[in-house]
Amino acid sequence: MSIAVDPLFGIAVTVIVYALFLWLQSRRSWVQPLLMTSAVIMIMLVVLKIPVEDYQKGGSWLSFLLGPATIALGVPIYKNAEQIRRSWRPILGGITIGALCGLLSAGLLVMWMGGSSDMAWTLMPKSATTPISMEVSRLYGGYPELTAVLTVLTGLMGSIIGPPLLRLCGITDETAIGVAIGTTSHGIGTARVLKDSEWMGAVSGFSMGLTGIWVSVLALPLHMLGFLWQIEVK
Amino acid sequence: MIGFAILAFFQLAGWLIQRLTGLPLPANVIGLLLFITALFLKWVSLHKVEETASFLLKYMSLFFVPVIVGSLAFFPYLRDHWALITGSGVISLLLSLLVTGWLVQSHLQARRIRQQEEETHVHRG
Repeated sequence: MSIAVDPLFGIAVTVIVYALFLWLQSRRSWVQPLLMTSAVIMIMLVVLKIPVEDYQKGGSWLSFLLGPATIALGVPIYKNAEQIRRSWRPILGGITIGALCGLLSAGLLVMWMGGSSDMAWTLMPKSATTPISMEVSRLYGGYPELTAVLTVLTGLMGSIIGPPLLRLCGITDETAIGVAIGTTSHGIGTARVLKDSEWMGAVSGFSMGLTGIWVSVLALPLHMLGFLWQIEVK
Repeated sequence: MIGFAILAFFQLAGWLIQRLTGLPLPANVIGLLLFITALFLKWVSLHKVEETASFLLKYMSLFFVPVIVGSLAFFPYLRDHWALITGSGVISLLLSLLVTGWLVQSHLQARRIRQQEEETHVHRG
């Protein structure tokens, strides 16, 4: 298994399997390239007994690109700013409260059900887009790898049940759906509503970018509050 | 390539600022804020970065694969705590979805009604 030690292995295998699932997705829309590629690679590593560290020699080259991709989020924010300005108050208010609600409810629920603070910080940033949620998790003592998985699953679930649930509850306004999906289900949700309407996709993309910023800003005061709370409990 | 260089520049700038000031924000978010500022101030023109940015955003999920694969190490942890994590995660997601959607919609409706009232006032006047 000496070939697995070369960075080429991790990069090539990931890109090839991912491209395969992208192609499958173009024929069967329910295919999820990210989850399925990860699952195939995990199974492969376990079956062939390849250490994860060897895979990561190439894998870390790919995950490095998350950095520039996060910066690239500025483009949808900038492009949609003009359109969004006309109703900036409800949109900005919705994103702010939504981001706060996602952080706070996740943290309180985990603590209330008897979880630990590292568990809370692993789950709390889940509504931010993955590169940001991972960093917030790392900054405040969560497990970034686990946060990444939970963030992706949150986005997936929000993209599937979000639009029908919102309509069922009488929320039919396109702007409102766009903000709700972008604020809770980041990129995966945005891709989903973009299929329905361009405006919803724009609002959702804008909300996703801003939620990422809000979550990382709001995490600090919450972290300090949580610290005080723990002293209080002790 | 110039697009990639610009994005890398802002990533580096964010990283440097975070190191130098110890700001409690992810370095990439600082870079993102600087990049947005530069776009609005027209220091960076959109067409130079647009192609690279849309490529990176379109295939962003590929870059997560190694991160998700890395979660293999957490399987024992997940086995012990999945109920708590899933329960909290699902409830928090549903709550945030509905709160956000409802807030934006009711705000927009209130504004529409206000505008209609103003219009009727103008007509009467």
